[in-house]
Amino acid sequence: MQEHDLSWVRTEMAVAQAAPRSGAGPVVWARTNLFATPADTIMSLFALLLVVWFLPQILNWLFFSAVWSGTDRLACLTVDQGGELPPGWSGACWPFVLNRFGYFMFGRYPMDERWRVILCGVIFVALLVPLLTPRIPFKRLNAILFFGVFPFVAFLLLVGGYFGLEYVETPLWGGLMVTLVLSYVGIVVSLPLGIVLAMGRRSKMPIVKLLSVIFIETVRGVPLVTVLFMAAFMLPLFVPPGVSFDKLLRALIGVALFASAYMAEVIRGGLQAIPKGQYEGADSLGLGYWQKMGFIVMPQALKLVVPGIVNTFIGLFKDTTLVLIISMFDLLGVVKQSISGDPTWATPQTAKTGYIFAAAIFWVFCFGMSRYSQYMERRLDTGHRK
Amino acid sequence: MALNDTIDGDQPARISLLYDPKARSYFFQAVLLLALILGVWWIVDNTIENLTRSNISTGFGFLNGRAGFDISDQLIAYSSDSSYGRALIVGVINTAVVALAGIFTATIIGFIVGVGRLSKNWLIRKISTVYVEVFRNIPPLLVILFWYQGVLALLPGVRDSYSLPFGSFLNVRGFYFPRFIWSDGAWLVVAGFVVGIALSAFVARRAHVRQMATGQQFPVFLTSVGLILGLPILGLLLAGIPVSLEFPEKGTFNLTGGVNIKPEFLSLFLALSFYTASFIAEIVRAGIMGVSRGQSEAAAALGLSSGQSLRLVVVPQALRIIIPPLTSQYLNLTKNSSLAVAIGYPDLYAVGGTILNQTGQAIEIVVVFMVVYLSISLLTSLFMNWFNTRMALKER
Amino acid sequence: MKKIITGMLAVAALGVTSSVASADTLDDVKAKGFVQCGVNTGLAGFSAPDDKGEWTGLDVDFCRAVAAAVFGDGTKVKFTGLSAKDRFTALQSGEIDILSRNTTWTISRDTALGLNFGGVTYYDGQGFMINSKKIPGVNSALQLSGAAVCVQAGTTTELNLADYFKANKMEYNPVVFEKFEEANAAYDAGRCDAYTTDQSGLYAVRLQMASPDDHVVLPEIISKEPLGPSVRQGDDKWFDIVKWTYYALLNTEEAGITQANVDEMKNSENPDIRRLLGVEAETKIGTDLGLSNDWVVNIVKATGNYGEIFERNVGSGSPLKISRGINALWTKGGLQYGMPIR
Repeated sequence: MQEHDLSWVRTEMAVAQAAPRSGAGPVVWARTNLFATPADTIMSLFALLLVVWFLPQILNWLFFSAVWSGTDRLACLTVDQGGELPPGWSGACWPFVLNRFGYFMFGRYPMDERWRVILCGVIFVALLVPLLTPRIPFKRLNAILFFGVFPFVAFLLLVGGYFGLEYVETPLWGGLMVTLVLSYVGIVVSLPLGIVLAMGRRSKMPIVKLLSVIFIETVRGVPLVTVLFMAAFMLPLFVPPGVSFDKLLRALIGVALFASAYMAEVIRGGLQAIPKGQYEGADSLGLGYWQKMGFIVMPQALKLVVPGIVNTFIGLFKDTTLVLIISMFDLLGVVKQSISGDPTWATPQTAKTGYIFAAAIFWVFCFGMSRYSQYMERRLDTGHRK
Repeated sequence: MALNDTIDGDQPARISLLYDPKARSYFFQAVLLLALILGVWWIVDNTIENLTRSNISTGFGFLNGRAGFDISDQLIAYSSDSSYGRALIVGVINTAVVALAGIFTATIIGFIVGVGRLSKNWLIRKISTVYVEVFRNIPPLLVILFWYQGVLALLPGVRDSYSLPFGSFLNVRGFYFPRFIWSDGAWLVVAGFVVGIALSAFVARRAHVRQMATGQQFPVFLTSVGLILGLPILGLLLAGIPVSLEFPEKGTFNLTGGVNIKPEFLSLFLALSFYTASFIAEIVRAGIMGVSRGQSEAAAALGLSSGQSLRLVVVPQALRIIIPPLTSQYLNLTKNSSLAVAIGYPDLYAVGGTILNQTGQAIEIVVVFMVVYLSISLLTSLFMNWFNTRMALKER
Repeated sequence: MKKIITGMLAVAALGVTSSVASADTLDDVKAKGFVQCGVNTGLAGFSAPDDKGEWTGLDVDFCRAVAAAVFGDGTKVKFTGLSAKDRFTALQSGEIDILSRNTTWTISRDTALGLNFGGVTYYDGQGFMINSKKIPGVNSALQLSGAAVCVQAGTTTELNLADYFKANKMEYNPVVFEKFEEANAAYDAGRCDAYTTDQSGLYAVRLQMASPDDHVVLPEIISKEPLGPSVRQGDDKWFDIVKWTYYALLNTEEAGITQANVDEMKNSENPDIRRLLGVEAETKIGTDLGLSNDWVVNIVKATGNYGEIFERNVGSGSPLKISRGINALWTKGGLQYGMPIR
C-alpha cells in the first residue's frame, strides 16, 4: 500500500557511544561545564578571553588606579591636563564622590537640619526591616505604623514648620532622599489606587469599567515623561488661578498615577487567576462586594502577584530618575548637576565616576528588592503546596 | 437578587431600593458620572479662565506657523522656514528611527543572552546572568547619560579622530562612515533584491509542499540567502557598478561628507538596546524553560541535532510564550526613547518641548504627544497580536 | 479622570503648599507675606544659588527690590529656579508672581504668551564663544560656516542662530540642549565648535570652563536681547509696581542716592530727591501705587540703586567684570532711562 519514499526514516543503526563519564573533581567539572563539545570549547575560550581582557581593566579603573583623596579636580588630572598624574592615566576619581557625598544624599537640604532626614531614614529602616522579616510578630501594628503613621511623621520631620522645627522648602531637597521620598509615596499611593482600578476594570458596572479602562490604557500607552510633563505644565492650568502646587508634589502625583496604572494591570492578572468558585463561594456565604473582595479574593490574588507587584515597585524606583527632566534633583539629578554644572571637579573621569556611583546605589536597591521578591515567592509558594 | 426574591418574597419593595444591588449600582454609577462631569467641567472652566486671563489663544492653528529653529537630525527636508507641524513630524520620525533600531538590536542581544543563560556552558551562563542582573537593575536614563557623558564625550576631537576600517572615523562628534552614492542603473539592484525575496518565498513554499508530500528536504535557507544576496549583486554587475563611495574628509570644523551618526543618537540607541535586551533575555529564558523538557528529548530521540531541535521544536513553541511580554518590552523601549531629551536628541518629546516654549500652547502639545504615543502603542499591539495569532497553537 | 482629581484634591488637602487667591496679585502677595519670584536655575551674575541655597545675582536683586517696595523688607521673597521651558507656564499659572529670569522682551511673548515686560534690566545681545586652542585662526562669527554650535532649546537664542546662519548663507549643525549646564558641558567636552547665548551669559559660562583662558568671545553681536522682568497680563496694578520699581532703581542712581547715603539724602533740599524718597509733604506717590510712601527708601536700603546692583553682580565687583556699556544711564551715554517719578 504505502509506496512513499521513506527517506526520512533511519535505516541503519546509529553508532553506539561510550557511557558518559561519571565522577567529580575540577577536571570533570570543567569537561562537562566548559569543554563538553568543540563548539563549547571555542565559546568558553572566547568568553574566557573576554573576561581576562575586561575584568582586570575594570577592576584597575575602579580600584587600583583610582584616586582616593584630593580636594579638587587637580587630584584627578594627568600632567598634560594640568594635574600631577602620569600621562595616559585613567581611573576613577573617588574624591569627587566623597567630597560631594552629602550633596548626593541630601541635595541642598540645610546642613544643620540634616539630622532630621537621617532620623527619618532610621525610623524608616526600623519599621521596614521587621515588616519584611516573616518571623517577627505584630505585622498588623507594624504595617499600620509603616503605611499610616510614618508618612505623617516623615512629613513633619522633613518639611518642618511645626514644633520648633525649621521649615525647609522642597526646592532645597535633593539627592537620594528625593529618590526615596518619591518611591515611597509612589508605592504607598499606587498599590491601593491600583487595587481600586483593577477592581474597577473587572467591575460589572459599565461606566466604572469604561473609566478604569480608559485611564489604565491611556497612562500605559504614553511615556512617563509625558505624564510628568502634564503634571508639571498642565496641572497649574487646571486649577483656579493662584492655587499652586509644589513642584515635588506635582512630580509625586505624576509618578503615583503612572505606577498605579501598571499596578492595576498586575493585580488584574491576579484577580483573573482566582477561580470563579471563590467568588461564588463568597456570594453564597452572603458576603457583600467589599467583604468578598477584602476577605476572599484580594488576599489570594495579591499573594499570586507578589513578584509582579515588586517588579512594578522596581520599575517605579528606576522611573523616579525621570524627574530630572522636569528640573528636579533626585539622586541622578544631583550627580548629573555636579558633573556638568560644577567646574571644581571637571575632569575627563568625573562623569564616569559619578554615574558608576549612582548606578551602584540604584543597583543595590533594585537588586535587593528583586531578591526579596524571589524569597517571598518561594515562601508563599510552599505555603500553597502543603 | 434571587436570594431577595425567595426570602423576602412577600415584601420586596420596602427594602429593595436600598439593598437592591442593581439600584445601588445605578446610583453609584450616576454619582461617579456626576462627579466626573463636575470635575471635568471644573478643570475646563479653570483652564479657560487661566488661558483667557493670560491671553493665550487655543487651537491647532499654530502648527502652520514658521518654526524658526533648526533640527540637527532630519530624515525629511526641514529648515527653519518649515512649519511647526513639520518640525513635529521630524520629531516623530526621529522617535521611530531610534525605536526601530533599538528594537532590532535589543531583540538580537536579548535572544543571545537569553539562550546563553540556559547554556550548558558554565562561563557563558554566568556572563549572561551578570549582564542581565546588572542592566535590569539600573535606570535607563542613567545608562543613557553614562554612554553620553561618560564614554562618547571622552572620544578624541575631530583632528585626532580614530581611523577605522573602510574609511570610517570615530570622534567626539560621532561615528562617520562612507556614503553610497547611486547613479543610473541602481534600480537593477533594487529589482534584484525584490525578485530575490519573491523567489525565496516561492522556493520556501514549494519546498514545504514537497517535504509534506515526499519527506525530502530542500536547503531553503541557503537558497534564499543565495537569491537575496546574489540577485542584487548580479544587478550591480549588469548595471556596471553604478555606485561610488563618498568618504568623510576633514573640513574646517567637522568631517564633511559621508554619513554621520551623532553621539546623541548613538548613546540613546546603545542604552535602550542594552537596557531592553536584559528584559528580553529574561523573557526568552522563561519562554524556553516554558517548553516542556519532553519536547526537546523527543526531538533528540528523533535524531534532530541540537540546532535543529532548537530551531524546529523549541523556539516555535517558546515564541508563543515569548511574544506577549516581548510586545510590551517593545512598547517600553519606544516610550523610553522619550528620554532622548536629556541628551539633546531631537525626538518628538524634545521638539514638542521646544515648540511649547516658542508658542506657549501647552495643552495642544500634550494632545499631540498623547495621540502620537498612543497610536504607536496601538499599532505595535495590533501588529504583535496579528503575529501572535499566526504563531498560536493551531488545535486540530 | 475622577480618580486623578480626587487624588489631586486629597494630596492638596494635606496642604503641602497651596494658596488660594484672586486675580489681584498685590493683595495675594501681601496676604501670603512674600513675593514668589521665578529665576534662572543657575546663571552666574544673574541668578545662582550658593551652597546654602542663598540666591544672588542681578535678576535676583530685582525681585528683592520689588519685595522691599511691597513689604519694606527685601528678604520677603522666595525664589523658584526655572528652566527656559517651564518659565512661562509658571508665570501663567500663577505659580510665581514675577518672572525675572534673563528673559528677552519680544512682541510674541508680549502678545501670544500673555506677558507684560516691566522694563529692561539688562540690554544684551547674542554672541558666540569658541575654543581658540582647538580652532585657532577663527576670529569672526562669519568664519563659522560648517561648525557645530551648542545652544539651549526653546530660547530666542536658538531662533536668532537659525536666522543668522541663514542670512549669511552659512551651514551649521545645531546641537540643542534642554538645559544651560548641559550645553556648557557639551561645549567644554568638544562636542561643538562654538557656543552661543547672550554675551553676558558667555562671560559667565567662560568662567565655568575647565580652562577659561582658552575661550574667546567673538566680536559679532547678532541680535538685540533686552532682558527684563515680566508679569502676567490683566493686572495693571501689579504691573505698575514692577515697572516703577525698575524706574526707581534708575532714578535713584541718577540722583546719586545709594544704599549708604539714603537716610542722609532724606534731609536733602533738592525737591526731586525729596519727592523720590517720599519725604515731600502730602505726597501720594507711594500710596497711589498701593505701597507706602517710603517705598523708594526701602528699595534702596534693600538692594542699592541700579548701578550698585549692576556692579555687585556682573560689573567690577564680580568675577564677570562686565563694563556698563549700553547699560549705563542715559546721562552717561547708555540706554538706561528712568521715567520721572512725580
